[in-house]
Amino acid sequence: MANINLEDMNSMQFDVLKEIGNIGAGNATSALAQLLNIKIDMSVPNVALLPFKQVTQSIGTEEDVVVGILITLDGDVNGMMMFLMDLKSAHHLVNLLMGADVNKQDEFSEIELSALNEVGNIISGAYLSSLSTLTGLSIISSIPSTTIDMAGALLSVPAIEFGKIGDQVLLIQTQFGENDLVKGFFLLVPELDSYNKILSSLGL
Amino acid sequence: MENMIKVGMADLAVCKYPDALTTLGLGSCVGIALYDPVTKVSGLAHIMLPDSTKIKNNQNIAKFADTGIEELIKQMIKIGASKTRLVAKIAGGAQMFAFKTSTSQANDMMQVGARNVEAVKAVLKKEGIRLLAEDTGLNYGRTIEFYSENGQLLIKRVGKESKTI
Repeated sequence: MANINLEDMNSMQFDVLKEIGNIGAGNATSALAQLLNIKIDMSVPNVALLPFKQVTQSIGTEEDVVVGILITLDGDVNGMMMFLMDLKSAHHLVNLLMGADVNKQDEFSEIELSALNEVGNIISGAYLSSLSTLTGLSIISSIPSTTIDMAGALLSVPAIEFGKIGDQVLLIQTQFGENDLVKGFFLLVPELDSYNKILSSLGL
Repeated sequence: MENMIKVGMADLAVCKYPDALTTLGLGSCVGIALYDPVTKVSGLAHIMLPDSTKIKNNQNIAKFADTGIEELIKQMIKIGASKTRLVAKIAGGAQMFAFKTSTSQANDMMQVGARNVEAVKAVLKKEGIRLLAEDTGLNYGRTIEFYSENGQLLIKRVGKESKTI
């Protein structure tokens, strides 16, 4: 049984987590691309162990207003997944989905928020089902919840979960974008025990 | 020249007049501003969790309501505050995400803001520090600025007017 120590992870474990981020986000990105019928590129995932103070800085500043979609994970893997987009991207995404004028930037209506939630549902489903297939672990995800607020405030939610076990957060983060129009991040934040399960299911 | 000292997550800082303290993007965490009106010594803590005794890994004392407030008081006294004069203002402890159908785990996660606020109030009471004002709970993030000049706490929110308590 792998016993992961966040402060002292070897490069092999790091690489595996990176690959998990890669496969999961790859599937999620292609689900999103299919949904919107556009081409979306994604970055090589960044796996980083960050002190709380730096978590938000990996995405922007604490006060940037962003759309956050949170899904909690249950089953063999506990924890949460978060999907973050800046406002401009969220508007673009919703406008594409709803067939509205792509430059529309009004406040989100109820239906548009619900559409964003559904986007969260589809891409997190794609992310998690690939993770589940890869590891053979069962992962049950909650219905997503969408909030628009300061990045720091949204990220405090996964950070607090991590705060219970340590002073650092392990982020598996992937950035995706379509010609700068849709830009966002996936964050996979499993609990410590779940890291062990994920890594040992892959024979590490 | 006054400085605006930034307090991060699970962090705390103290200052004297004319400096000010700020913490950005408080979500479910709670910002605790303590003030000595006579010496104008000010302190701000940004705590994440209610109780250090319930957590095994608790070396970071600024992370918890109990140990964080205790340390904040200690540091304020060191630069000239008197504990008997301290007063408090608090902000944060929001519930950032709402789940309709939630498992017990999700519920537990979402309640942490409320539990933080409760814990902070209990610690302040125990330390004999009067709580002058609060802007806590609800469902939005807050950025706060605490001015040593007058002990005022400015609260900024997204899409809403700022207010001072």
